[in-house]
Amino acid sequence: MSFVTDKPLDGALVQRQRKQLANEFRQFLKSSNVLSTTEQLSPYECDGLSAYRQTPLLVLLPETIPEVQRIMRICAREQVPVVARGAGTGLSGGALPLADGVLLSLTKFNQILEVDRLRRFARVQPGVRNLAISEAANPHGLYYAPDPSSQIACSIGGNVAENSGGVHCLKYGLTVHNILELKIVTMDGELLTLGSRAPDDPGFDLMAIMTGSEGMLGVIVEITVKLLPKPRVARALLGAFPTVEGAGQAVGAIIAQGIIPGGLEMMDNAAIRAAEDFVHAGYPTDSAAILICELDGTGEEVEAELEVVTALLNGCGASEVRVSTSEAERQRFWAGRKAAFPAVGRMSPDYYCMDGTIPRRELPNVLNRIAQASAEHNLAVVNVFHAGDGNLHPLILFDANRPGELENAEELGGKILELCVEAGGTITGEHGVGIEKINQMCVQFPPEELEQFHAVKHAFDPAGLLNPGKAVPTLQRCAEFGAMHVHDGNLPFPHLERF
Amino acid sequence: MIADQSDRLAQEVGERVESGQPFYVRGSGSKAGLGREVVAEPIDVTGHRGIVTFEPTELVMTARAGTTLADVEAALAEAGQMLAFEPPRFDSRGTIGGAVATGLSGPRRPFAGSTRDFVLGVRLINGRGEALRFGGEVMKNVAGYDVSRLMAGAFGTLGLLLDVSLKVLPRPTVERTRVLEMERRAALAWMDRITTEPYPLSGLCHVDGQLHVRLSGTEPGVVAAERDIGGEAAPDNEFWNALRDHDHAFFGGDAPLWRIAVPTGTPDLALDARTAIDWGGTQRWLRTRADANTIRDVAKYHGGHAQRFAPLAPPGDETPFHPLTTALMPVHQRLKAAFDPDGLINPGRMYAGL
Repeated sequence: MSFVTDKPLDGALVQRQRKQLANEFRQFLKSSNVLSTTEQLSPYECDGLSAYRQTPLLVLLPETIPEVQRIMRICAREQVPVVARGAGTGLSGGALPLADGVLLSLTKFNQILEVDRLRRFARVQPGVRNLAISEAANPHGLYYAPDPSSQIACSIGGNVAENSGGVHCLKYGLTVHNILELKIVTMDGELLTLGSRAPDDPGFDLMAIMTGSEGMLGVIVEITVKLLPKPRVARALLGAFPTVEGAGQAVGAIIAQGIIPGGLEMMDNAAIRAAEDFVHAGYPTDSAAILICELDGTGEEVEAELEVVTALLNGCGASEVRVSTSEAERQRFWAGRKAAFPAVGRMSPDYYCMDGTIPRRELPNVLNRIAQASAEHNLAVVNVFHAGDGNLHPLILFDANRPGELENAEELGGKILELCVEAGGTITGEHGVGIEKINQMCVQFPPEELEQFHAVKHAFDPAGLLNPGKAVPTLQRCAEFGAMHVHDGNLPFPHLERF
Repeated sequence: MIADQSDRLAQEVGERVESGQPFYVRGSGSKAGLGREVVAEPIDVTGHRGIVTFEPTELVMTARAGTTLADVEAALAEAGQMLAFEPPRFDSRGTIGGAVATGLSGPRRPFAGSTRDFVLGVRLINGRGEALRFGGEVMKNVAGYDVSRLMAGAFGTLGLLLDVSLKVLPRPTVERTRVLEMERRAALAWMDRITTEPYPLSGLCHVDGQLHVRLSGTEPGVVAAERDIGGEAAPDNEFWNALRDHDHAFFGGDAPLWRIAVPTGTPDLALDARTAIDWGGTQRWLRTRADANTIRDVAKYHGGHAQRFAPLAPPGDETPFHPLTTALMPVHQRLKAAFDPDGLINPGRMYAGL
């Protein structure tokens, strides 16, 4: 099915269009940058959410901004949809190709164009890896703060498209807080500069609307990021708790004390054991939950806060509190947390990573209800949690080779997301909606709000050719999903057919 | 005093939409002097007030748009917290809705973040008369486009704000100010150097031959920084409050007041003006009768932009905001139409045609 026309695609038609378009693109792109055979296309058929796969019409690998502009003009003229892709590490299927669409890979845009020590910014191309920016800034005593766990692989362009977070965002903010300027190419091939290196750019905050827009509004071709001075000292505490409630209480207590830690992470017992088996970080495997709290700043500040946080953890019933005494030990505290996903990957043939955000006070309640749902679906769930900002990552363990188990896992995942909305939270904190959570958007937003999102998209992309079918569901889709947001018992759009 | 007037406001907007009558969203009027004058019948939001939710350990407050900043800050202070972007209160009547709509931030901005950085969610009425909610009360939320942050600094032209949810922060345990006697160029060089170091800075402003440095954090952290920085101790926050609310003597007088925003590391501007430098060098306040185009050209040359802060521009006059580029104006017009297809809300408040 085509997302744009809703008509089944005819095989012969696709082949003809593929050939014609490839010929036109080869007139200005290097031949090796136009991929059109099955063998060339198949590596691009999914992103980090491998349960969804689709072979694109063509894969294009432009190397310059004018090439991107020319591609967009041709696609606009031919009404061919465009899906932009960075490193392909996204977890919500945002870069899932379309059968009748061009997949625009930005991996050739891999240059760090400028690192300015005095003005504390870096100007980079979208295909640059997140970690590479901090590595380039390091000799100047600077770094780029957002650090999603995929930072060794994920690209900065994808980070902007998803508004990525990471373990340090409670104190240092999300991608949206750490970028200064964007260059984007619109669907009709126009190059626009949004934001500036000076604060508070005039007009509407187009940077805000572009960040996290999942490739629906424009193609990001250059990013200027803010760099921060590296803290002089960073030390970590590890607190072990006999109950999840105790750990949750400790998070509230630290914040109530006026301390905003550089990182504040929680793992439940299943996650502790998985990580310990994998990296031998020395985690207490008999604890119900551990908290890892990192404090950073000048030596004097960190010393003072360490003392306060140690007392608070003990006061909330911690069975053990360890304070890192060396950089190696700090790294070891983090090693298990940072390896939690691959550790879980060793335990189970497949896992499905969720990304809900909830008010922190709801944590014990939500975890209990996740445990119930997990038992009902007969699938184990492992929980890691950006405790500081309420962002939960339940990992559902399953085996895709067992018939029906993927569907069962997806159903459980959907229930967990709906639980998050019910608790006053959201279906996605940092992974994006993509194709994965598109049905749950119908639960979180009533039709008028979804229509407002469509109107925003229309302002940038009137023909609806940029990443169509992702991020914001059509009302028709919501009606079919059958989970319309029902307000005051009035069914919205009663004239729409339901199935 | 504390009332939810969402229904009344929705009804009033609905009537205007029905009859095609443009309207002016009026809060306390404390920032009515900014931008361009709107010639339209007002809808008053000051009665829609009160804090809806505030949970200190969640670091979030939701308040109705007409709630005064004074009420918001009093509730936060009781819990040892603050609006870290320090929105100007001007004549102390200012509302939280107006603070978000104008998007103005105070002295702490370069160190803590701007108004939009702290916006987590909004409820608004769009130009079709629909009451909509975007974002929420959680720190991380990427479901749908970030419409709430788009509202910060849009001067109400995209929707009438009903409620706003903001991230709040703990007040630092210790906050102290040092004053160093220094001329302007030396102060700029000093600011460029100090901001590349990880000191617990929370204010950096030069005015009248004095550089004011505010430090916030733990007692030992602040003491250590004070030792490095030197200078004289100044009375707590007095200077910063005056700067934030434009009560400082610099803001007196009747020469036009310009605000020039420039990138970090920009040298002294070649303009004949009385100058105050805030935000570690990235915000320059100028009192000058220099020609608007000259001022804008200088700002642009340095990669920045200039806004005439006072006086208000009469209707039909050129905008006091920095003009939008010919590439970006159409994007703004289409976004305006996406929220307000008939152009009824605060028409022309920022730019003609928006």
